[in-house]
Amino acid sequence: MTQFRLTGMTVAALGTGVLLPAGAAAQTMDLTVAIPRLSVAEYHNPYVAIWLQQDGAPARTLAVWYDLDNREGGTKWLNEVRQWWRASGRSLRLPASGVSGATRAPGSHRVSFTAGRGGMPALAPGQYTLVVEASREVGGREQLRLPFTWNGTAVANARAQGRSELGLVTLSVKR
Amino acid sequence: MIQSRLFKLALAGTVLAALPTTAQAHRQWMTASSTVVSGENNWVTVDAAASNDLFYIDHRPLSAKPTVTTPDGETIEVANHAVGQMRATFDVHLQKQGTYRVAIVNQGVIGTYKQGGETKTLPRGTTRANLAERIPADATDVVTADNVSRNEIYITQGAPTEDIFKPTGAGIELVPMTHPNDLYAGESATFQFLREGKPTEGLTVTAIPGGIRYRDALQDMNLKTDGEGKVEITWPEPGLYWVNVTEGGDEDEDERPAPGGPPRGRMSYVTVVEVLAS
Repeated sequence: MTQFRLTGMTVAALGTGVLLPAGAAAQTMDLTVAIPRLSVAEYHNPYVAIWLQQDGAPARTLAVWYDLDNREGGTKWLNEVRQWWRASGRSLRLPASGVSGATRAPGSHRVSFTAGRGGMPALAPGQYTLVVEASREVGGREQLRLPFTWNGTAVANARAQGRSELGLVTLSVKR
Repeated sequence: MIQSRLFKLALAGTVLAALPTTAQAHRQWMTASSTVVSGENNWVTVDAAASNDLFYIDHRPLSAKPTVTTPDGETIEVANHAVGQMRATFDVHLQKQGTYRVAIVNQGVIGTYKQGGETKTLPRGTTRANLAERIPADATDVVTADNVSRNEIYITQGAPTEDIFKPTGAGIELVPMTHPNDLYAGESATFQFLREGKPTEGLTVTAIPGGIRYRDALQDMNLKTDGEGKVEITWPEPGLYWVNVTEGGDEDEDERPAPGGPPRGRMSYVTVVEVLAS
């Protein structure tokens, strides 16, 4: 059933050369992403992009939270999430099924990705970096990098604490 | 009186025609409101001026109407072109995905011919188009060369593309090894420059960050193209940079044909690139 829900974009985002090992259960990546509450005169929820990097492989966008319901399709300001725009955003077609989402209000958000769904690839053992970048209209920008090693079996954890536009971000990858 | 008026008019004409080349003292530039945009159907607005300080409007507009080339090579008109006392402004409608070029290219012809045993110089304002009518029927030993000044900027909607960088062979042109809409502070970019279609060693490349008014040092970076016509520029800070390529040497001397020798065309290239924060 999952296959029927894959869009062209999702297939492209999955990329090539990474195969789920035979018999392996689908990996899941659980994240918490905290968006701090800010005391400012004009507040808009930040645009947030979450993507996975591995040396020598194209970046994989797992999620992008933006103003996707607005009149212009919300894509006009996506380049302001500038590292993500360069790494992945500018070559994506949006909205992408399982990737695009609405902006989120301040608070700690739990997000899960399952290998083979949305933008989440099956992970071969190796070194990865999860990147979370937030950019806020009339506000600032912050990027957090969470390097982790996936050995195929053991749970991999990582965390990073934001200082301005992001709060605590935690990651846990397991089979 | 009439004579003196005519003289003044002629002089004014000379000054105008000479502007593209003599504005060297004032730096020519075009700055776009954005160089990297997302989504579709965006508008970008551009200022075009010659000024001393980069990028402050303190002298003259660039009054020529620029040509816009779309990512797939079509030529489109700019919108709302207005020439003020000190700067020109216009809008560019981005309706395709990829990299656009906005260009003001001045092409002129310099040269000499002999008429009745006397060597004469082609008048200013001669172009390829009017060359035939400016050379008398009885002229002999006609020698010409092209002057080409190219002022270009690049704007990308979506992912950068490279189709607009196909060289035409006229003047100095950029072949980007690093895309000019993919520049980040702390990184280096490699640009190759062609002169009349050929990679050329020894071109002078000057890069100056904007914001000159609010600092003491010019902070110019001066480079020469290598044997493959390439330079590598490392961007110290985010911001706009003026990048000028000339053939080097004494500019005034270059402008005139050497006595007795063939005339030498003068070529220059200028762009403004935006370096983003990393």
